[in-house]
Amino acid sequence: MRGALRVGLSVVVLLGLTGCAGDFRYNWQWSILACTSENIDAGCIGPYFYWILQGLWWTIAVASAAWVIAFSLGSVIGILRTLDKPILVVVPFVKSPIYFRTRWIGTSKGIITVDVGWFLHGFANIYVTVFRNVPLLVQLFLWYFVFPELLPHDAGMWLKRDLPFPEVSTAIFCLGLYTASRVAEQVRAGINSISRGQQYAAMAIGLTPVQVYRYVLLPVSFRIIIPPLTSDFLGVFKNSSLALTIGVLELTAMTRQIEEYSYAGFEAFTAATVLYIGVTAIVMWAMRIVEARVRIPGMISLQAK
Amino acid sequence: MNETKDTISTDGVGIIQMRHVSKWYGDFQVLANCTTAVDKGEVVVVCGPSGSGKSTLIKVINGLEPFQEGTIIFNGTSVGDRTTNLPKLRSQIGMVFQNFELFPHISIMQNIKLAQMKVLGREDDQARNRSMELLERVGLTDQRDKFPAQLSGGQQQRVAIARGLAMDPMAMLFDEPTSALDPEMINEVLDVMTELAKEGMTMMVVSHEMGFAKRVADRVIFMDQGRIVEDATKDDFFGTPRGDRAQLFLSKILHH
Amino acid sequence: MESGGFDFHIIFHSIPFLAKGMGLTLLLTVLGIAGGLVFGTLLALARLAPFKVLSFVAGSYVNFFRSMPLILVIFWFYFLVPLVLGQEIGAFQSVLIAFIMFEAAYYCEIMRAGIQSVKVGQAYAGEALGLTYPQNMRYVVLPQAFRNMIPILVSQAIVLFQDTALVYVVGLSDFLYSADIVANSENRLMEMYVTVAIVYFALCSWGQFQVRNLQKKFAHE
Repeated sequence: MRGALRVGLSVVVLLGLTGCAGDFRYNWQWSILACTSENIDAGCIGPYFYWILQGLWWTIAVASAAWVIAFSLGSVIGILRTLDKPILVVVPFVKSPIYFRTRWIGTSKGIITVDVGWFLHGFANIYVTVFRNVPLLVQLFLWYFVFPELLPHDAGMWLKRDLPFPEVSTAIFCLGLYTASRVAEQVRAGINSISRGQQYAAMAIGLTPVQVYRYVLLPVSFRIIIPPLTSDFLGVFKNSSLALTIGVLELTAMTRQIEEYSYAGFEAFTAATVLYIGVTAIVMWAMRIVEARVRIPGMISLQAK
Repeated sequence: MNETKDTISTDGVGIIQMRHVSKWYGDFQVLANCTTAVDKGEVVVVCGPSGSGKSTLIKVINGLEPFQEGTIIFNGTSVGDRTTNLPKLRSQIGMVFQNFELFPHISIMQNIKLAQMKVLGREDDQARNRSMELLERVGLTDQRDKFPAQLSGGQQQRVAIARGLAMDPMAMLFDEPTSALDPEMINEVLDVMTELAKEGMTMMVVSHEMGFAKRVADRVIFMDQGRIVEDATKDDFFGTPRGDRAQLFLSKILHH
Repeated sequence: MESGGFDFHIIFHSIPFLAKGMGLTLLLTVLGIAGGLVFGTLLALARLAPFKVLSFVAGSYVNFFRSMPLILVIFWFYFLVPLVLGQEIGAFQSVLIAFIMFEAAYYCEIMRAGIQSVKVGQAYAGEALGLTYPQNMRYVVLPQAFRNMIPILVSQAIVLFQDTALVYVVGLSDFLYSADIVANSENRLMEMYVTVAIVYFALCSWGQFQVRNLQKKFAHE
């Protein structure tokens, strides 16, 4: 809360200063923000207040939905990226002197084993590389304009015509996939920061690889990465503003619209600014509570040796 | 010179049998043609200068580290075989690490219960009872609901031993269990290990604690640069070591 | 698709136009990095300064710009700057100012981490030799801070490079917008957008590769 207070104060100070700056020809119309459809008079052309709320709602909706996709998909991909040990799947009924991979435990003759982990690991690497190296705006355009063209005719037509809320869905989908690559990186870093000894200990008591992840690696690494994940979560809120380019009427789009209608750009953008800062403050406060609740007793820092 | 051949026990069922095991990390050879065995109830101490491969020797036995050549048989199962169910094998071997490696996010009790329930499939009550027995044995029942970070090093290591014993293993492996401990805590851990040995547990211990070896070990293995250089009974080893290297090593560390 | 097939001609034809756009993108990137880094370092110093007022203001600045989407910041400066200065200035200038002020907040955090990663003893040693605070910073602390943070700074530069695409919303002719112009006038969205994606991918991948090399290089020290 202190952080938000700080920021709020400085916003007020900044605005005050710019208001006093010399040649400032501007009609302050703060009342514009309270325009609803009831009191449409000479000043209000539209129900700006509701527009702002609507914009805020769409921002939150897009961001939350995208985050759900990003967190689930990203966690999986992050885990896949840590599979540098071979996961050997034995194909026992086929006898052959050929081996698919050259790393195995001990020696064995006449059995084909496929290293499934290698393929999953490779897929995860490609995913992250692709989604991190193309700007989000370009990705959005690709999904919205190009993707339907690449599909078979019927599927493409369905996307263009029958998909409910096409702009919003595309925005959520694109934002989710992009953010998943960021989440994957955090998850991977978290898992890799756990010392080798922990992995050995987990294996030594007889846990299978899946159990090692589930009972030892993941619980600790997700606690470790709460701070960077929080900043990625906030990033989703901020990136949702890009959806305005394909027509989603989220918060920034709405304030722009108000600006166009009423020429009260200053007030409109201030409203958006305050709301974004407010959302950020609330998220950070919530995350601090989460972090406190899952903290491991006795440990100040979770950095493994 | 393979002096080790005549000291491998050929009578009785050797729980751990290692034959001509070699391991490389890339180009660097970590284990070179290691052959040895540990009988049921035997306590073997492995010592040697750092970098001699002693930790690696222990870790290949339960498959934590892969090896390129040779065979390791634990209680009839080949560790190197690709079709071996390693998790199942490992549930029969308990292991204690230099840095304790307790799981930090769960309580002491849960640390000990975890493998019992998830690997052996024991019920919650059964696991809890067994865990309490073991905690009593190592003298830490009142710490059961604390978390690892709240315990001292010696306490954590004793819990680690209890965790290893929870699976009712056939053998226990110790990788320098006291090397990370402050001197005043070493004895509390060694006492637990001595008790274990007296009760007839098969143990393989990598350690510098020669006092412990003299008191408790049946055999001592000396390693240097990945090779097993000496593999003798305790009396032979401390009485008349054969190799120069072992002699040098002993003279340097035998101050007690 | 109306006229089937992938039209490569349009891509070749528009290369000069796109190159101009890329030029603007690169210019914006370089100036943004330079300005952002300088201003960001000053902010970091302010944040770490012992004067409460200074660190409060710098801290608020950073928190403020890190809570806002870049698009909103661009809109702010695009509309606000001409009003404050009382005269029209070019879109490029407003956008550049927006960029620098925005990215400075992020560079500030990076440099702050960098400064704090320099061992405290170093600063003491400098003081003991008789260096003043500015001298200490300039000759002892900042060079080391900078070196420690080079991989992350390059990473942030790549992020900035990608962020420049957002000038689309104010119609500035950067790489993406130029491609968009061609795409809409020739009705060839697919070809142009795919081209843009591939070019960005190639450049950023190369950048990431350099970052990894830098990380390896610095890890050995």
